[in-house]
Amino acid sequence: MSAVVNFVRRIGAMTVDGVWRVGFAARFLLMVLVYSGQSVRRLHLTIREVYFSGVLSLLIILVSGLFVGLVLGLQGYETLQRYGSSEALGVLVALSLTRELGPVVAGLLFASRAGSAVTAEIGLMKATEQLKAMDMMAVNPLARVVAPRFWGGVISMPLLAAMFSAMGIFGGWLIGVVFIGVDDGAFWSQMQAAVDFRYDILNGVLKSFVFGVAVSLIAVFEGYDCNPTAEGVSRAITRTVVSSALAILALDFVLTSFMFRGQ
Amino acid sequence: MMSRSTLDLWVGVFVVLGFAALVFLAMKVGNFTGLSGAPLYSVEAPFDNIGGLKVRAPVKSAGVLVGRVADIRFDPQAYRAVVRLELDTRYEFPRDTIATILTSGLLGEQYVGLEPGADVAMLKAGDRIQITQSAVVLERLISQFMFDKAAETPAK
Repeated sequence: MSAVVNFVRRIGAMTVDGVWRVGFAARFLLMVLVYSGQSVRRLHLTIREVYFSGVLSLLIILVSGLFVGLVLGLQGYETLQRYGSSEALGVLVALSLTRELGPVVAGLLFASRAGSAVTAEIGLMKATEQLKAMDMMAVNPLARVVAPRFWGGVISMPLLAAMFSAMGIFGGWLIGVVFIGVDDGAFWSQMQAAVDFRYDILNGVLKSFVFGVAVSLIAVFEGYDCNPTAEGVSRAITRTVVSSALAILALDFVLTSFMFRGQ
Repeated sequence: MMSRSTLDLWVGVFVVLGFAALVFLAMKVGNFTGLSGAPLYSVEAPFDNIGGLKVRAPVKSAGVLVGRVADIRFDPQAYRAVVRLELDTRYEFPRDTIATILTSGLLGEQYVGLEPGADVAMLKAGDRIQITQSAVVLERLISQFMFDKAAETPAK
């Protein structure tokens, strides 16, 4: 009997805990937005975070984009040439990258490269009581530490996704046109005829912006909320990567079902 | 710690690269340079049946893209589909132009083909194309063929 009661009690505790965390995250986002003024006034704080989140992620984003494009080129050609339409390779590569793979894969890489670093930094600052020390000196840690990191991520993410897509299309072109020998003119002209600026590219940019907000919020929140111990920080980093990946994939489904419903 | 100016330089390079990628996507990959900037005028064309024509489908004349389908609605008085075409102002068509719904390839997308007539007056914005030809509906074509076959064979 008591086992059942304990079981139900644990479910209840988990639910209350989950709801509390969601509410806390929402209030946290609100507070970050309220204290964002300093990120604009003291712009170098944000620029520094764009450097750490964006510039330092460049290499992994560009190299991954290139390889994704190369693979898309090979696999796409393999399938398309069965139907005698290998010229449509450009369309396939460009649409899959600008609509889906660019924002999603760049978002996943960004979460594991930059999001985890932000969580670790804020978590360690909390563990070594630097955040408390700031508070004592009347420096608001939300405005000085959290908001610039949040905005740095939000700014970097769409730019990184655009670079990922551009690099991937270059990779697809490299395989399709240079190595396999698809006609160069048909590759680009079919792509240009099929890819619409507003419908495909701007929707992709919007997706990457949403992912940027989600990943940055999760990263700063997990860092700020972690247990101030070595173990707590490591758990927070794991949670950042896991929940960012889940958030990106789930949001991607929601956004896609609103954006591309096949008219 | 890196000096402030080096940091600014790298971030500047990053932002410029990001926007360059966006411009590349817009100009080279997308059709931003295509019709979307050119001034347009719209004409209407009523069809008995539009088949699978979609909004944003191309409008072509002699195979060249001259506009896009802007809107499709049903006219409850005439029981016909009214398709609004947005055409590039660079291209003018005579008033007796024939609009036809065609299919690119066997299974390709459907588009509107314009065949210019011989009238001296040109179509103006808001005009209606009078002569139209509906989409070919495959089922109707097959059933017609079967009825013709049945009519040929004398009943025994």
